[in-house]
Amino acid sequence: MTQGNKFRILIAKPGLDGHDRGAKVVARALRDAGFEVIYSGLRQTPEQIAATAVQEDVDAVGLSILSGAHNVLLPEVARLLRAEQGEDILLFAGGIIPEQDIAPLKASGVDEIFLPGTTSTAIVEYLNRRLCAA
Amino acid sequence: MSVKTLEPEKGVAELQSSLSEEARRGASEARSRWQRAAEKVGAGRGSWKRDFTTVSGMEVPHLVTPDETADLDPVRDIGVPGEYPYTRGIHPTGYRGKLWTMRQFAGFGTADDTNLRFKYLLSQGQTGLSVAFHLPTLYGYDSDHAMSTGEVGKCGVAVDSLADMETLFAGIPLDEVTTSMTINSTAPILFAMYLAVAEQQGVDIRNKVSGTLQNDILKEYIAQKEYIFPPRPSMRLITDQFAFAARQVPKWNTISISGYHIREAGSTALQELAFTLRDGMEYVQYGIDAGLDVDEFAPRLSFFFNSHNDFFEEVAKFRAARKIWATVMRERYGAKDPRSWMLRFHTQTAGCSLTAQQPVNNVVRTTLQALAAVLGGTQSLHTNALDETLALPTEENARIALRTQQIIAHESGVVNTVDPLGGSYFVEEMTRRMVDGAMDYIRRIDEYGGMVEAVEAGFPQREIMDAAYAFQKAFESNEKLTVGVNFFQVEDEKPIDILYIGEEVAAKQLASLDAVRSRRDRGAVARTLDGLRRGADAGENTMPLLLDCVKAYCTVGEVSDALRDVFGTYEEPAVF
Repeated sequence: MTQGNKFRILIAKPGLDGHDRGAKVVARALRDAGFEVIYSGLRQTPEQIAATAVQEDVDAVGLSILSGAHNVLLPEVARLLRAEQGEDILLFAGGIIPEQDIAPLKASGVDEIFLPGTTSTAIVEYLNRRLCAA
Repeated sequence: MSVKTLEPEKGVAELQSSLSEEARRGASEARSRWQRAAEKVGAGRGSWKRDFTTVSGMEVPHLVTPDETADLDPVRDIGVPGEYPYTRGIHPTGYRGKLWTMRQFAGFGTADDTNLRFKYLLSQGQTGLSVAFHLPTLYGYDSDHAMSTGEVGKCGVAVDSLADMETLFAGIPLDEVTTSMTINSTAPILFAMYLAVAEQQGVDIRNKVSGTLQNDILKEYIAQKEYIFPPRPSMRLITDQFAFAARQVPKWNTISISGYHIREAGSTALQELAFTLRDGMEYVQYGIDAGLDVDEFAPRLSFFFNSHNDFFEEVAKFRAARKIWATVMRERYGAKDPRSWMLRFHTQTAGCSLTAQQPVNNVVRTTLQALAAVLGGTQSLHTNALDETLALPTEENARIALRTQQIIAHESGVVNTVDPLGGSYFVEEMTRRMVDGAMDYIRRIDEYGGMVEAVEAGFPQREIMDAAYAFQKAFESNEKLTVGVNFFQVEDEKPIDILYIGEEVAAKQLASLDAVRSRRDRGAVARTLDGLRRGADAGENTMPLLLDCVKAYCTVGEVSDALRDVFGTYEEPAVF
């Protein structure tokens, strides 16, 4: 498998959640796997995230959220991204997300959700598989 | 800032060993015999894993004998509990005089919801309160601010104004409980609200109000990232509270200098220890520079550590923390009052060690971590609930977490003697390594000019990021095992019941916020906020001005905005 040749990924932190350990570890692992990574920094609104995704012309957006606000903020990011970029932008998320929220979040336009304990290798493989197929 | 460098703790003890020459020779010979025997066995069978390191990646000695610890002075380095340098504890009686305070961090939904949880926890034998505020309160936004969308009541309790604080403590006499509040950038606002509620309850504030503010802004820039203002004005708000509380609320702990979040952000145990103590030293220096007498405010400084998985590394960390703090307070800052030398601390078991997989196993992890905290001599403890990698805890899981502490306290027997691990060759050697390693870091931060400067240069942030990434790689390569995650998994786990906080909480909170805004005296709001802006700008102590604001029912968002007008805001560069 080609290892992430030149795919651009935005890692973003929606809402007020300051827990950035996961976002930064994933960002660094993706960079080490050959992706071009843009990190949004903290406290981004869905509008800011969508605007950055467009401006940076990314292939995928990864959202990290541990605050419990995922049911409100993630669908909003999905809606704005789909409106701006259509279906061809991949949207994935990770954090403290209860099992029961996963199906509704996927229905709202989030392509994949990674739960605690996921390896960065699993995320790299997922991105390569989905982006190479596109 | 003047910085006096501390000399390494060496000298006399190296010259005069505590062991007789004969005993020392015997110990050396025994150690050599063991070395040969271990090598012989090792050559045949090998070891079942490559590296024996702590969860932090610290090398662990295979065996420690009196040979390695002979230079430790039994009085100067280890001593007895209740005596400088307090390696074995700050109380002469250990837990015989008083158990640690069982203080479970709680907060969710509206003030009404959390008030009920507080009363439940108190009815179950909890001995102190600890408030978790929701993210908008932590960041100085009202619940109806655009940035608060989706966040209301989720990570903690929604508090917008004094009205919410009145509800939060309704029916809880503030002269009978002590309350810890996890609040940092907006700490002085919430402190003012707490005092206003105590005053309404008719409580004698000077003699009867006691509790703790987290108020540790340095670790926000370093790890938790809930900052609003730039570092220097933030430090000034803290010294304002030191000065105010020393005179008006003398039993209040104005700051809880926190390693917890540093560790959760991915640091090693040693980094947690070193950065936290160096943060503490920074507050002491700023207090002194603001004209305060060190012995006036230092006895009210308290600490907050993480207790992670590696049992002995944690115990050593707590013991080292007391020793270093006593030494720097006496030697570097010239504190004369023994209470200024004593490091008192709260502990929380490690949230980041919990697993979403097979979550009931988290009770076992938490028990071991809690035991390390108790054997390390903690003054107060929060044990995490088993479901906290999924959501805030249900009532049942919160109760199991509290019961874990009660079982340690009343059934295990570990409280019967003070510092039962003291004198263990291994524990004393690990404590020494922690002390030496932390002093090295402290010297490196001194070289930046202090912690504010080191934070501005991004030093502790980079160290933590690197450690977090190193751990993740060790986990992914199976060098570090997490039971149920990369080993011993089960297929098709059934989800457990969790506490669910819906958006109806936000609707309720917004309605009550509107009601407060419409019934308060608008003139008083404008007048007190204006007074705060002018006073903050002129360098007055902000605490009395904040009390005026909260009593006029100015909201957290309005008061924070007034301070933003004066101090500006801070954003960190987005690096990873």
